[in-house]
Amino acid sequence: MDHVVVVGGSVGGIRTVSGLRAARCDGAITLVDPEAAAPYDRPPLSKQVLAGTWEPEKASLGDPGSQWNARVIAERTTSVNVDAHEITLRTGERLGYDALVIATGAAPRTLPGAATHDGVHVLRTMTDCLDLRQSLERGGPLVVVGGGFIGAEVASTARALGVEVTIAEALGAPMAHVLGDQVAALLTTLHERNGVTVRCGAGVRALDGDGRVEAVLLDDGSRLPADTVVVGIGVMPNTGWLEGSGIRLDNGVVCDEYCAAVDVEDVYALGDVARWRDRQAGRHVRLEHWTNATEQANTVAHNLTHPDDQRAHTARPYFWSDQHGVKIQLMGYADPASSVTIVRQEGGRERIAAIYHDGDELRAALTINWPRALATVRAALEAKTPASDAVKQLERSQRAGCSSSA
Amino acid sequence: MIKIRKDIETCEGYANCVVAASDVYDLDDDGKVVILRPTVDESERDKVDEAVRSCPTAAIWLEDD
Repeated sequence: MDHVVVVGGSVGGIRTVSGLRAARCDGAITLVDPEAAAPYDRPPLSKQVLAGTWEPEKASLGDPGSQWNARVIAERTTSVNVDAHEITLRTGERLGYDALVIATGAAPRTLPGAATHDGVHVLRTMTDCLDLRQSLERGGPLVVVGGGFIGAEVASTARALGVEVTIAEALGAPMAHVLGDQVAALLTTLHERNGVTVRCGAGVRALDGDGRVEAVLLDDGSRLPADTVVVGIGVMPNTGWLEGSGIRLDNGVVCDEYCAAVDVEDVYALGDVARWRDRQAGRHVRLEHWTNATEQANTVAHNLTHPDDQRAHTARPYFWSDQHGVKIQLMGYADPASSVTIVRQEGGRERIAAIYHDGDELRAALTINWPRALATVRAALEAKTPASDAVKQLERSQRAGCSSSA
Repeated sequence: MIKIRKDIETCEGYANCVVAASDVYDLDDDGKVVILRPTVDESERDKVDEAVRSCPTAAIWLEDD
Protein backbone atom coordinates (compact mmCIF):
# COMPACT_ATOMS: atom_id res chain seq x y z
CA MET A 1 0.00 0.00 0.00
CA ASP A 2 1.78 3.14 -1.22
CA HIS A 3 -0.26 5.86 0.44
CA VAL A 4 -2.89 5.48 3.15
CA VAL A 5 -4.89 8.59 4.01
CA VAL A 6 -6.63 8.53 7.38
CA VAL A 7 -9.29 11.19 7.84
CA GLY A 8 -10.02 11.69 11.53
CA GLY A 9 -7.47 12.02 14.32
CA SER A 10 -9.30 10.68 17.33
CA VAL A 11 -8.54 7.30 18.88
CA GLY A 12 -9.72 5.27 15.86
CA GLY A 13 -7.63 7.24 13.37
CA ILE A 14 -4.54 7.28 15.58
CA ARG A 15 -4.80 3.57 16.29
CA THR A 16 -5.06 2.91 12.57
CA VAL A 17 -1.85 4.85 11.97
CA SER A 18 0.02 3.12 14.80
CA GLY A 19 -1.48 -0.23 13.82
CA LEU A 20 -0.26 0.13 10.25
CA ARG A 21 3.28 0.81 11.45
CA ALA A 22 3.05 -2.08 13.93
CA ALA A 23 2.10 -4.29 10.95
CA ARG A 24 5.30 -3.09 9.25
CA CYS A 25 3.57 -0.97 6.65
CA ASP A 26 6.40 1.19 5.30
CA GLY A 27 4.35 3.23 2.80
CA ALA A 28 3.32 6.84 3.24
CA ILE A 29 0.61 7.61 5.80
CA THR A 30 -1.18 10.93 5.99
CA LEU A 31 -3.42 11.88 8.90
CA VAL A 32 -5.96 14.61 8.17
CA ASP A 33 -7.90 16.28 10.96
CA PRO A 34 -8.25 19.91 12.10
CA GLU A 35 -6.88 18.70 15.45
CA ALA A 36 -4.32 16.28 14.04
CA ALA A 37 -1.33 18.26 15.31
CA ALA A 38 -2.09 17.27 18.90
CA PRO A 39 -4.54 14.37 18.96
CA TYR A 40 -6.16 13.48 22.28
CA ASP A 41 -8.32 10.83 23.84
CA ARG A 42 -11.94 11.67 24.59
CA PRO A 43 -12.96 9.60 27.65
CA PRO A 44 -11.10 11.93 30.08
CA LEU A 45 -12.97 14.97 28.71
CA SER A 46 -16.04 14.24 30.83
CA LYS A 47 -13.98 12.94 33.74
CA GLN A 48 -10.41 13.85 34.76
CA VAL A 49 -9.82 16.82 32.44
CA LEU A 50 -13.23 18.32 33.21
CA ALA A 51 -12.63 17.76 36.91
CA GLY A 52 -9.27 19.52 36.62
CA THR A 53 -7.34 16.55 38.03
CA TRP A 54 -5.57 16.01 34.68
CA GLU A 55 -3.84 18.64 32.61
CA PRO A 56 -5.14 18.44 29.01
CA GLU A 57 -1.73 17.14 27.87
CA LYS A 58 -2.28 13.95 29.86
CA ALA A 59 -5.07 12.98 27.44
CA SER A 60 -2.65 13.10 24.49
CA LEU A 61 -2.70 10.20 22.03
CA GLY A 62 0.87 10.84 20.99
CA ASP A 63 2.66 12.64 18.18
CA PRO A 64 1.78 11.00 14.84
CA GLY A 65 4.72 12.60 13.04
CA SER A 66 7.58 11.53 15.28
CA GLN A 67 6.07 8.31 16.63
CA TRP A 68 4.64 6.75 13.48
CA ASN A 69 6.22 8.77 10.71
CA ALA A 70 2.87 10.08 9.50
CA ARG A 71 2.41 13.29 7.57
CA VAL A 72 -0.03 15.46 9.50
CA ILE A 73 -2.44 17.85 7.80
CA ALA A 74 -4.35 19.93 10.34
CA GLU A 75 -7.26 20.71 8.06
CA ARG A 76 -10.86 19.76 7.44
CA THR A 77 -11.71 17.41 4.58
CA THR A 78 -14.67 18.60 2.52
CA SER A 79 -15.19 15.87 -0.08
CA VAL A 80 -13.91 12.69 -1.64
CA ASN A 81 -13.74 11.57 -5.26
CA VAL A 82 -13.72 7.78 -5.10
CA ASP A 83 -13.09 7.33 -8.85
CA ALA A 84 -10.05 9.60 -8.87
CA HIS A 85 -8.99 8.27 -5.42
CA GLU A 86 -8.53 11.72 -3.93
CA ILE A 87 -9.91 13.89 -1.15
CA THR A 88 -10.35 17.65 -1.17
CA LEU A 89 -9.41 19.80 1.81
CA ARG A 90 -11.16 22.98 2.96
CA THR A 91 -8.36 24.95 1.34
CA GLY A 92 -9.19 23.39 -2.05
CA GLU A 93 -6.02 21.32 -2.00
CA ARG A 94 -6.44 17.76 -3.32
CA LEU A 95 -4.74 14.73 -1.91
CA GLY A 96 -4.53 11.37 -3.65
CA TYR A 97 -4.80 8.04 -1.82
CA ASP A 98 -4.36 4.35 -2.52
CA ALA A 99 -6.51 3.56 0.50
CA LEU A 100 -8.77 5.91 2.42
CA VAL A 101 -9.72 5.33 6.06
CA ILE A 102 -12.74 7.26 7.30
CA ALA A 103 -12.59 7.87 11.04
CA THR A 104 -14.41 11.18 11.35
CA GLY A 105 -16.47 10.15 14.35
CA ALA A 106 -19.71 11.85 15.28
CA ALA A 107 -20.94 15.27 16.29
CA PRO A 108 -23.27 16.08 19.18
CA ARG A 109 -26.90 16.88 18.49
CA THR A 110 -27.91 20.27 19.77
CA LEU A 111 -31.11 21.91 20.93
CA PRO A 112 -32.86 24.31 18.58
CA GLY A 113 -31.98 27.82 19.73
CA ALA A 114 -29.04 26.68 21.87
CA ALA A 115 -26.61 28.87 19.94
CA THR A 116 -28.43 32.02 21.01
CA HIS A 117 -27.52 31.66 24.70
CA ASP A 118 -24.17 31.75 26.45
CA GLY A 119 -23.51 29.01 28.93
CA VAL A 120 -25.01 26.26 26.77
CA HIS A 121 -22.52 23.52 26.00
CA VAL A 122 -22.04 20.24 24.25
CA LEU A 123 -19.08 18.03 25.09
CA ARG A 124 -17.08 16.39 22.35
CA THR A 125 -13.80 18.24 21.86
CA MET A 126 -11.04 19.46 24.16
CA THR A 127 -12.22 23.01 23.51
CA ASP A 128 -15.76 22.01 24.56
CA CYS A 129 -14.30 20.51 27.73
CA LEU A 130 -12.25 23.54 28.72
CA ASP A 131 -15.15 25.91 27.92
CA LEU A 132 -17.49 23.82 30.07
CA ARG A 133 -14.94 23.71 32.86
CA GLN A 134 -14.88 27.51 32.84
CA SER A 135 -18.67 27.68 33.00
CA LEU A 136 -18.80 25.23 35.91
CA GLU A 137 -16.29 27.34 37.82
CA ARG A 138 -19.01 30.01 37.97
CA GLY A 139 -20.72 27.71 40.46
CA GLY A 140 -23.95 26.59 38.82
CA PRO A 141 -26.65 25.50 38.89
CA LEU A 142 -26.09 23.06 36.04
CA VAL A 143 -28.87 21.47 34.03
CA VAL A 144 -27.90 18.44 31.98
CA VAL A 145 -30.33 17.87 29.13
CA GLY A 146 -30.48 14.16 28.35
CA GLY A 147 -29.84 11.19 30.57
CA GLY A 148 -27.13 9.47 28.53
CA PHE A 149 -23.69 8.46 29.78
CA ILE A 150 -21.85 11.65 28.77
CA GLY A 151 -24.43 13.80 30.55
CA ALA A 152 -24.33 11.48 33.54
CA GLU A 153 -20.54 11.78 33.76
CA VAL A 154 -20.73 15.56 33.50
CA ALA A 155 -23.36 15.54 36.27
CA SER A 156 -21.09 13.42 38.43
CA THR A 157 -18.00 15.56 37.80
CA ALA A 158 -19.96 18.76 38.46
CA ARG A 159 -21.33 17.38 41.74
CA ALA A 160 -17.79 16.59 42.84
CA LEU A 161 -16.95 20.26 42.12
CA GLY A 162 -19.79 21.26 44.43
CA VAL A 163 -22.19 22.36 41.70
CA GLU A 164 -25.94 21.83 42.07
CA VAL A 165 -27.06 19.55 39.23
CA THR A 166 -30.36 18.55 37.63
CA ILE A 167 -30.63 15.99 34.85
CA ALA A 168 -33.64 16.58 32.60
CA GLU A 169 -34.61 13.44 30.69
CA ALA A 170 -37.57 13.38 28.32
CA LEU A 171 -38.13 9.64 28.79
CA GLY A 172 -39.43 7.90 31.90
CA ALA A 173 -35.90 7.25 33.21
CA PRO A 174 -32.31 7.88 32.04
CA MET A 175 -31.15 5.29 29.48
CA ALA A 176 -34.44 3.35 29.77
CA HIS A 177 -34.69 3.06 25.97
CA VAL A 178 -31.28 1.39 25.81
CA LEU A 179 -30.92 -0.44 29.11
CA GLY A 180 -34.53 -1.09 30.18
CA ASP A 181 -36.51 0.17 33.16
CA GLN A 182 -34.84 -1.89 35.90
CA VAL A 183 -31.31 -0.76 35.11
CA ALA A 184 -32.47 2.80 34.44
CA ALA A 185 -33.90 2.81 37.96
CA LEU A 186 -30.55 1.68 39.38
CA LEU A 187 -28.74 4.50 37.58
CA THR A 188 -31.32 7.04 38.76
CA THR A 189 -30.84 5.88 42.35
CA LEU A 190 -27.08 6.29 42.00
CA HIS A 191 -27.55 9.90 40.86
CA GLU A 192 -30.04 10.72 43.59
CA ARG A 193 -27.90 9.24 46.35
CA ASN A 194 -25.14 11.59 45.19
CA GLY A 195 -27.25 14.69 45.27
CA VAL A 196 -28.24 14.96 41.61
CA THR A 197 -31.89 15.80 40.93
CA VAL A 198 -33.32 13.63 38.14
CA ARG A 199 -36.34 15.08 36.32
CA CYS A 200 -37.95 12.62 33.94
CA GLY A 201 -40.86 12.57 31.54
CA ALA A 202 -40.74 16.14 30.27
CA GLY A 203 -38.90 17.36 27.20
CA VAL A 204 -37.19 20.73 26.84
CA ARG A 205 -39.48 23.41 25.41
CA ALA A 206 -37.07 26.34 25.37
CA LEU A 207 -34.11 28.02 26.98
CA ASP A 208 -34.74 31.19 28.95
CA GLY A 209 -32.34 34.04 29.56
CA ASP A 210 -31.06 37.27 28.12
CA GLY A 211 -27.57 36.66 26.75
CA ARG A 212 -26.56 33.99 29.22
CA VAL A 213 -28.92 31.13 29.89
CA GLU A 214 -30.96 31.52 33.08
CA ALA A 215 -33.31 28.56 32.97
CA VAL A 216 -34.46 25.51 31.05
CA LEU A 217 -38.20 25.47 30.36
CA LEU A 218 -39.84 22.06 30.19
CA ASP A 219 -42.89 20.80 28.31
CA ASP A 220 -44.82 20.36 31.55
CA GLY A 221 -44.52 24.08 32.30
CA SER A 222 -41.78 23.79 34.91
CA ARG A 223 -38.70 26.00 34.97
CA LEU A 224 -35.26 24.69 35.97
CA PRO A 225 -32.90 27.53 36.98
CA ALA A 226 -29.56 27.16 35.19
CA ASP A 227 -26.33 29.10 34.89
CA THR A 228 -24.85 26.36 32.72
CA VAL A 229 -26.58 23.86 30.45
CA VAL A 230 -25.01 20.76 28.95
CA VAL A 231 -26.83 19.19 26.04
CA GLY A 232 -26.19 15.45 25.93
CA ILE A 233 -28.84 14.12 23.59
CA GLY A 234 -26.76 11.88 21.39
CA VAL A 235 -24.54 12.25 18.36
CA MET A 236 -24.81 12.09 14.57
CA PRO A 237 -22.12 10.38 12.49
CA ASN A 238 -19.94 12.92 10.64
CA THR A 239 -20.79 11.95 7.08
CA GLY A 240 -21.78 15.31 5.59
CA TRP A 241 -18.52 15.55 3.61
CA LEU A 242 -19.24 12.16 2.00
CA GLU A 243 -22.65 12.99 0.57
CA GLY A 244 -22.84 12.53 -3.18
CA SER A 245 -19.50 10.70 -3.25
CA GLY A 246 -20.96 7.30 -4.11
CA ILE A 247 -20.08 5.98 -0.66
CA ARG A 248 -23.25 4.44 0.74
CA LEU A 249 -24.51 6.31 3.81
CA ASP A 250 -27.26 5.10 6.11
CA ASN A 251 -26.79 6.12 9.74
CA GLY A 252 -23.05 6.11 9.10
CA VAL A 253 -20.78 4.72 6.38
CA VAL A 254 -22.18 1.32 5.40
CA CYS A 255 -19.40 -1.26 5.51
CA ASP A 256 -19.05 -4.97 4.99
CA GLU A 257 -17.79 -7.30 7.69
CA TYR A 258 -14.18 -6.35 6.88
CA CYS A 259 -14.86 -2.65 7.63
CA ALA A 260 -14.63 -1.82 3.90
CA ALA A 261 -17.17 0.68 2.58
CA VAL A 262 -19.60 -1.03 0.19
CA ASP A 263 -20.07 -0.02 -3.48
CA VAL A 264 -16.62 1.64 -3.72
CA GLU A 265 -13.01 0.54 -3.86
CA ASP A 266 -10.26 1.05 -1.29
CA VAL A 267 -12.32 2.90 1.32
CA TYR A 268 -12.59 1.74 4.93
CA ALA A 269 -14.46 3.19 7.89
CA LEU A 270 -14.29 2.65 11.63
CA GLY A 271 -15.44 3.99 14.96
CA ASP A 272 -18.54 6.11 15.57
CA VAL A 273 -18.92 6.93 11.87
CA ALA A 274 -19.02 3.32 10.63
CA ARG A 275 -21.97 0.97 10.41
CA TRP A 276 -20.52 -2.38 9.53
CA ARG A 277 -21.92 -5.86 9.19
CA ASP A 278 -21.24 -7.75 12.40
CA ARG A 279 -21.38 -11.44 11.52
CA GLN A 280 -22.06 -12.52 15.06
CA ALA A 281 -24.88 -10.01 15.54
CA GLY A 282 -26.20 -10.90 12.08
CA ARG A 283 -26.86 -7.28 11.18
CA HIS A 284 -25.24 -3.94 10.54
CA VAL A 285 -24.13 -2.22 13.73
CA ARG A 286 -22.83 1.24 14.57
CA LEU A 287 -21.20 1.45 18.00
CA GLU A 288 -20.12 4.63 19.77
CA HIS A 289 -17.67 2.80 22.02
CA TRP A 290 -14.01 3.62 22.55
CA THR A 291 -13.00 -0.05 22.68
CA ASN A 292 -14.78 -0.88 19.45
CA ALA A 293 -13.05 2.00 17.65
CA THR A 294 -9.65 0.70 18.75
CA GLU A 295 -10.50 -2.86 17.76
CA GLN A 296 -11.83 -1.77 14.39
CA ALA A 297 -8.64 0.22 13.85
CA ASN A 298 -6.69 -2.99 14.42
CA THR A 299 -8.91 -4.81 11.92
CA VAL A 300 -8.50 -2.10 9.28
CA ALA A 301 -4.74 -1.93 9.78
CA HIS A 302 -4.58 -5.70 9.41
CA ASN A 303 -6.78 -5.80 6.31
CA LEU A 304 -4.82 -3.01 4.62
CA THR A 305 -1.54 -4.84 5.16
CA HIS A 306 -2.81 -8.39 4.50
CA PRO A 307 -4.77 -8.33 1.21
CA ASP A 308 -4.77 -12.14 1.07
CA ASP A 309 -5.82 -12.64 4.69
CA GLN A 310 -8.83 -10.39 5.28
CA ARG A 311 -10.19 -10.42 8.81
CA ALA A 312 -13.85 -9.86 9.67
CA HIS A 313 -14.56 -7.51 12.55
CA THR A 314 -16.76 -8.92 15.28
CA ALA A 315 -17.61 -6.68 18.19
CA ARG A 316 -17.51 -7.60 21.81
CA PRO A 317 -19.37 -4.49 22.84
CA TYR A 318 -17.79 -3.06 25.96
CA PHE A 319 -18.40 0.28 27.52
CA TRP A 320 -17.35 1.90 30.77
CA SER A 321 -18.44 5.00 32.59
CA ASP A 322 -17.25 6.64 35.79
CA GLN A 323 -20.03 8.19 37.83
CA HIS A 324 -20.02 9.31 41.45
CA GLY A 325 -16.88 7.37 42.26
CA VAL A 326 -18.14 4.04 40.96
CA LYS A 327 -17.41 2.22 37.76
CA ILE A 328 -20.31 1.33 35.49
CA GLN A 329 -19.42 -1.27 32.89
CA LEU A 330 -21.47 -2.83 30.13
CA MET A 331 -20.54 -5.95 28.20
CA GLY A 332 -22.54 -7.36 25.29
CA TYR A 333 -25.59 -6.13 23.40
CA ALA A 334 -28.08 -4.97 26.04
CA ASP A 335 -31.66 -5.05 24.80
CA PRO A 336 -34.35 -3.29 26.83
CA ALA A 337 -36.76 -6.06 25.77
CA SER A 338 -34.59 -8.78 27.39
CA SER A 339 -35.20 -10.12 30.89
CA VAL A 340 -32.93 -8.75 33.56
CA THR A 341 -31.73 -10.63 36.65
CA ILE A 342 -30.05 -8.51 39.29
CA VAL A 343 -27.37 -9.83 41.62
CA ARG A 344 -26.27 -7.67 44.53
CA GLN A 345 -23.22 -7.98 46.73
CA GLU A 346 -23.93 -6.30 50.02
CA GLY A 347 -21.43 -5.34 52.68
CA GLY A 348 -19.13 -2.38 52.30
CA ARG A 349 -19.92 -0.49 49.13
CA GLU A 350 -22.77 -2.10 47.27
CA ARG A 351 -21.94 -3.97 44.08
CA ILE A 352 -24.57 -4.72 41.47
CA ALA A 353 -24.65 -6.87 38.34
CA ALA A 354 -27.63 -6.72 36.01
CA ILE A 355 -27.66 -9.76 33.74
CA TYR A 356 -29.56 -9.43 30.44
CA HIS A 357 -30.91 -12.67 29.06
CA ASP A 358 -33.52 -14.07 26.70
CA GLY A 359 -34.70 -17.24 28.37
CA ASP A 360 -31.45 -18.87 29.42
CA GLU A 361 -29.42 -17.23 26.69
CA LEU A 362 -26.97 -14.72 28.13
CA ARG A 363 -26.93 -11.40 26.21
CA ALA A 364 -25.15 -8.76 28.23
CA ALA A 365 -24.40 -7.47 31.68
CA LEU A 366 -24.18 -4.07 33.27
CA THR A 367 -22.17 -3.89 36.47
CA ILE A 368 -22.01 -1.11 39.02
CA ASN A 369 -18.89 -1.01 41.19
CA TRP A 370 -18.17 -4.68 40.41
CA PRO A 371 -15.42 -5.10 37.78
CA ARG A 372 -14.85 -8.73 38.76
CA ALA A 373 -18.42 -9.59 37.78
CA LEU A 374 -17.85 -8.02 34.40
CA ALA A 375 -14.84 -10.27 33.83
CA THR A 376 -16.96 -13.27 34.82
CA VAL A 377 -19.69 -12.31 32.37
CA ARG A 378 -17.19 -11.69 29.62
CA ALA A 379 -15.91 -15.24 29.97
CA ALA A 380 -19.47 -16.56 30.13
CA LEU A 381 -20.44 -14.73 26.93
CA GLU A 382 -17.40 -16.11 25.17
CA ALA A 383 -18.12 -19.67 26.32
CA LYS A 384 -21.86 -19.29 25.62
CA THR A 385 -22.59 -20.22 29.22
CA PRO A 386 -26.33 -20.28 30.05
CA ALA A 387 -27.49 -17.15 31.85
CA SER A 388 -28.65 -19.12 34.91
CA ASP A 389 -25.13 -20.56 35.35
CA ALA A 390 -23.55 -17.12 35.01
CA VAL A 391 -25.91 -15.81 37.68
CA LYS A 392 -24.99 -18.73 39.95
CA GLN A 393 -21.29 -17.98 39.45
CA LEU A 394 -21.87 -14.40 40.53
CA GLU A 395 -23.93 -15.47 43.54
CA ARG A 396 -21.15 -17.85 44.57
CA SER A 397 -18.52 -15.12 44.33
CA GLN A 398 -20.94 -13.00 46.32
CA ARG A 399 -20.92 -15.51 49.19
CA ALA A 400 -17.15 -15.84 48.98
CA GLY A 401 -16.92 -12.06 49.09
CA CYS A 402 -19.16 -11.87 52.18
CA SER A 403 -17.30 -14.56 54.08
CA SER A 404 -13.90 -13.08 53.37
CA SER A 405 -15.04 -9.69 54.55
CA ALA A 406 -16.62 -11.14 57.71
CA MET B 1 9.82 -13.88 26.29
CA ILE B 2 7.84 -10.85 27.37
CA LYS B 3 7.34 -10.00 31.03
CA ILE B 4 3.88 -8.82 32.04
CA ARG B 5 3.98 -6.00 34.59
CA LYS B 6 1.35 -4.19 36.64
CA ASP B 7 0.87 -1.47 39.23
CA ILE B 8 -2.18 -2.30 41.29
CA GLU B 9 -2.16 1.12 42.94
CA THR B 10 -2.85 2.64 39.52
CA CYS B 11 -5.35 -0.03 38.43
CA GLU B 12 -8.98 1.07 38.62
CA GLY B 13 -10.62 -2.09 37.29
CA TYR B 14 -11.60 -0.87 33.86
CA ALA B 15 -11.21 -4.47 32.63
CA ASN B 16 -10.01 -3.38 29.20
CA CYS B 17 -7.03 -5.71 29.62
CA VAL B 18 -9.37 -8.63 30.31
CA VAL B 19 -11.29 -7.75 27.16
CA ALA B 20 -8.07 -7.68 25.14
CA ALA B 21 -6.30 -10.74 26.62
CA SER B 22 -8.43 -12.76 29.02
CA ASP B 23 -5.86 -15.56 29.19
CA VAL B 24 -3.23 -13.17 30.53
CA TYR B 25 -5.17 -10.72 32.69
CA ASP B 26 -8.01 -11.13 35.17
CA LEU B 27 -9.48 -9.04 37.98
CA ASP B 28 -9.67 -9.94 41.65
CA ASP B 29 -12.67 -9.37 43.94
CA ASP B 30 -11.59 -5.78 44.55
CA GLY B 31 -11.50 -5.16 40.82
CA LYS B 32 -7.70 -5.02 40.68
CA VAL B 33 -5.72 -6.57 37.84
CA VAL B 34 -4.38 -10.10 38.31
CA ILE B 35 -1.69 -11.45 36.02
CA LEU B 36 -2.43 -15.05 35.09
CA ARG B 37 0.87 -15.66 33.30
CA PRO B 38 3.96 -13.66 34.33
CA THR B 39 5.61 -14.15 30.93
CA VAL B 40 4.22 -14.69 27.47
CA ASP B 41 5.76 -15.77 24.22
CA GLU B 42 6.80 -13.31 21.53
CA SER B 43 4.01 -14.73 19.34
CA GLU B 44 1.48 -13.21 21.75
CA ARG B 45 2.95 -9.72 21.62
CA ASP B 46 0.14 -8.18 19.56
CA LYS B 47 -2.48 -9.31 22.04
CA VAL B 48 -0.74 -8.13 25.21
CA ASP B 49 0.37 -4.96 23.47
CA GLU B 50 -3.27 -4.23 22.74
CA ALA B 51 -4.13 -4.86 26.40
CA VAL B 52 -1.45 -2.39 27.49
CA ARG B 53 -2.56 0.25 25.02
CA SER B 54 -6.21 -0.12 25.99
CA CYS B 55 -5.64 0.53 29.71
CA PRO B 56 -7.06 3.99 30.51
CA THR B 57 -4.82 4.40 33.57
CA ALA B 58 -1.58 2.88 32.21
CA ALA B 59 -1.54 0.36 35.06
CA ILE B 60 0.04 -2.43 32.99
CA TRP B 61 3.08 -2.59 30.75
CA LEU B 62 5.49 -5.01 29.11
CA GLU B 63 9.19 -5.63 29.67
CA ASP B 64 11.38 -7.52 27.28
CA ASP B 65 13.15 -10.37 29.00
